[in-house]
Formats: sequence, structure tokens, C-alpha cells
Amino acid sequence: MSFTTLDQGAEVTAAPPGARRRSAFPLLAPSVSVLLLWMIVPLAMTLWFSFQRYNLLNPEVSGFAGLENYEFLVTDPDFWASLTNTLILVGSVLVITVGFGTLLAVLFDQPFPGQGVARVLAISPFFVMPTVSALVWKNLMMHPIYGVLGSLARAVGMEPVDWFAEYPLLAVIVIVAWQWLPFALLILLTAVQSLDHEQKEAARMDGAGPVAQFVFITLPHLGRAISVVVMIETIFLLTVFAEIFVTTSGGPGNATTNLAFLIYARALLQFDVGGGSAGGVVAILLANVVAFFLVRSIARRLEV
Amino acid sequence: MRSSRRQMLLATVLGWGAALLLFFPIFWMVLTSFKSEIAAIATPPQFLFAPTLESYAEVQERADYLHFALNSVLISVGGTLLALAFAIPAAYAMAFHPTARTRSTLLWMLSTKMLPPVGVLVPIYLLFRSLGILDTRSGLVVIYALMNLPIVVWMLFTFFKEVPGEILEAGRMDGARTGSEFWHLLLPLSVPGIASTALLSLILCWNEAFWSLNLTTSEAAPLTTFIASFSSPQGLFFAKLSAASTIAVAPILVFGWLSQRQLVRGLTFGAVK
Repeated sequence: MSFTTLDQGAEVTAAPPGARRRSAFPLLAPSVSVLLLWMIVPLAMTLWFSFQRYNLLNPEVSGFAGLENYEFLVTDPDFWASLTNTLILVGSVLVITVGFGTLLAVLFDQPFPGQGVARVLAISPFFVMPTVSALVWKNLMMHPIYGVLGSLARAVGMEPVDWFAEYPLLAVIVIVAWQWLPFALLILLTAVQSLDHEQKEAARMDGAGPVAQFVFITLPHLGRAISVVVMIETIFLLTVFAEIFVTTSGGPGNATTNLAFLIYARALLQFDVGGGSAGGVVAILLANVVAFFLVRSIARRLEV
Repeated sequence: MRSSRRQMLLATVLGWGAALLLFFPIFWMVLTSFKSEIAAIATPPQFLFAPTLESYAEVQERADYLHFALNSVLISVGGTLLALAFAIPAAYAMAFHPTARTRSTLLWMLSTKMLPPVGVLVPIYLLFRSLGILDTRSGLVVIYALMNLPIVVWMLFTFFKEVPGEILEAGRMDGARTGSEFWHLLLPLSVPGIASTALLSLILCWNEAFWSLNLTTSEAAPLTTFIASFSSPQGLFFAKLSAASTIAVAPILVFGWLSQRQLVRGLTFGAVK
């Protein structure tokens, strides 16, 4: 994870005259060294293990495995299913949260009575711990017999849906989207509010309707914030874990097993350290692709 | 002007509609926590019922709820303080004594945050096992401090940047040494910034559910892990699940409401202001 190339084009900030470099370095060193350790040691170990035969249940089998763990991984249909599930989960949640988040951000930018309270209510789900969100949704909301959604369905004469049996991945997507929509709303609202209102006023004078104002002024202005939301969410969504752990345990079958859950199951349920590590390397590579663009986008804005 | 009144009405209906819809599961959880188990699974769902605190009492009695709540408090506060202890000097150094490398150091710190936890689950678990710190509070404190260190440094850095340099300059002219400049000028000036940073770190620690689920079982288990134990068929006790969840969520919800503005800064690494 080296980002040295990112600095190209960024002006090198010279130390202001009289800055005392010597006095500042010892203050920085502790943070840098613990982060360096935190990053390099586990990373090196994951890489190392991924080339080893290493099963906690079977200590006799050991030694260099070459690419065996990776071979096993890519020929395992569960791996491809988990990759597909991961991408579906990330993609759907992104579309839902960014789509509704943008609309809600514009909505909450309008003045209306009780706006402050409404906004606070709307962003609340983001502060609910993942295990609570998942279990409240699974039991209180989506339970086919006792859940609110089931009762609603019966009230309008429809058959209640057994969410976790019939559409398990969709159920997980709903829960995760509920958690992350407030995040998108919060960030995008901040961005909308920094929009120059004179510009909108001018457009309105020129006869632009609300839709035209949204498409030609608000959306372009939000572009940057949207890309930041997409990237930060992607990094977290790639490794959604607790929600799956407490609701479905990856099932039924492998219907809700994403990459994070697959690695967990390999390593800590089947004790296959080598295989789990190979999965870990794949997860790191995936996240790095996104991280590269995210860091570049943040770097552009960074003033030191 | 008529159209603007119609627009306001529309905004009111849509805004409140969306807010209530998003908040409903939380509202329903709080409501259910005051029901008896029988009332909690009544169909159709009851909005009016005789409220009772029995679920709260039972959660404490049967599961020793306070033990897990205390773990959550100790681990979150410990992780936050440890992160601040490392981050305040680092952010100070970078904000007031920048060098040619400051920029890349900041970005590098940020990049460590993007390492997916699951990618290093195996080594961390094995390290914890061989060090004998699985299911200990101090183990989790260290992980949480490291996990949040980049965000904390970053956020403090942006706050320190806002402190007018002239004030520190003036102090320096008056002969303040780095140490006293730091303690007597910078810290008092940036208390609000440090407080918001600590708040964000507390929220993130409190709600963290990957490391806590994988590294703790009972002794050091915080609330995230305790709530997960309701995922067994025992979870069908809706009222108790709701009572346990309500206390687990309430303090952090209030913290979140108080600090929503500052959160944007921390969560986007200053990319959106």
C-alpha cells in the first residue's frame, strides 16, 4: 500500500521559515511506528500463511504449499458465489443509499417545519450498532408471523413474506442499506448546503424548473461528495460481517455468504488458516483497488 | 408565492414521511422493550398496551447485562484515550511543524485504515491466541485504538489547522517552549475539536462488531457481542431483545445527535466540508 505516486503534481509544501523540525519528529514517531507495525506485521503474516499448509486441527500437515491454497480457492464454487454475493450486496446498497440519499439531501435542504428534528430522526439508524440493527430487523420487522411487515401484508390481504427463507440476500441488503442511507444523507446534505444559493436563484430567474435546477446545478455540485460516499461505503461494504453473522450465518446454503464471511468460516470455523489467508489476500486486493481512487480523491483536496 | 407554499407543504410531508419511515424500526424497538413477551408478539401489533419494565429487569437478572455494558464503556473509553494519546502529539507535529513529508504521511495513515479487517483476521486471531489475550479487554482496547488512530489523527489535524498560527507565534515570541506552547495555548484552544474527535472515536468503538465478535466471547464481551447472543432461538424473546438493544443504543444515539456536523469531517477525512 504505497501511495508515493499520488504525490505527483501535488506541490511539495515547504516547511515555513523557522519551523523546528527536530522538535516535532519525536511527537510523530510513536503514531507512525505503531501504525506501521499494525499494517505490516499482520499483512506479512496473512501473505505468509496463504502459501502454507496450515490447519489448526491437523498440525502434522504443514510446510510450503505454493499456490495450492489459491488454487483450492478459485476452484471452489463457494468462493465464486461469495464474490458474486459481495458484489451484489455492495452494488445494491450503493444504488439505494446514494439514490435515496441524494433525494433526501435535497429534500432536507428545503425549509420546512420541524426540519431539524426530522433530520435527526432520519440519520439515527447510522448510530445503531450492527448487531442490533440486524436482529431488530430480522425479528421485529421481518419475522413472517410476528413481524411488523408480515402484519402489514396481512392487513392488506397479502401473504406475508418469509424474508430470510425466500429472499435472504435481499433481506441482508435491506438491513445494510438502512444503516448506510443516513451516512449518505449526512454527507450529501453537508455538500448540498455548501451550494451557492445565488446560482440557483439565477437559474430560477432564467426559468429553470426544480428538475432542471437539480440536474444542471445540484447534481454536478454533488459529484465530488457522491464519489467520496461511494468509495467510503464500498470499503466498508466489501467486508460486511456482523449483519450476516447474526441473521443468516451465510445461509441458507451459501446464499448470503460474502467474502468476509467466507474467510471467517474458513479460518475460524474450519480452522483452515492457509485457505482463510488466501481469501484474506483477495479481500485486501479488492479493497486496495477502491482505496487507491479514494486516497487520490482525498489527496486532491488536502492542504497541508 | 403560492407555488412556494405548495413546495413547503410537499417538503414537509415528504421530509417527515421519510424521517418517520427511517426511524420506525428504532421507535418500534423502544416500544417493544416496554411490552411483556406476550404483548410483544401479539398480532396485529399493539400500539397501546400496559407498559412494563419487566424485560429490562430480566435482561439484567438472567444475563448480567451490566457486565457487558461496563465492558463496552471500558473498552470504548480505553481505546479512545489510547488513540488520543498517540494522535494529539502527531497531529500537533504535522499541523504546526509541517515538513515536505507531512502530506504523504497523512495520506499513508489514511491508507492503513483501508486495509479490510477480515484480511488480517487470521494473523490477529492467532497472535491474540498465542499471547493469551483472546477475550480480554486490553486486547480489544489496543485493536480499537489502532483501528481509529488514522481517523483521530486526521480529524485532530484539521482542527489544529484552524487554530490561528499567530497566537502560537505570539506565544513563541514571548519565549514559550514547544511544551508549554502545546499545554497552555493549543490544548485550551482546541478543546472543542478534541472533544468532537473523542466523541466520534467513542461512537466507532461502541458500535464496532467485527473484532468484538471474533476476539471476545464472554469475559471481555462488549454489548455488540452480547446482543449477538440473541441470534440463537432465544432471540424470539422480542421484548428482552428490545430492552437489551434499547439500552445499548440509547447513549450512542444521543452522542450521534450531538455531533452530527463534526462527524462529516471525521468520516470523510475532510474531503467533504
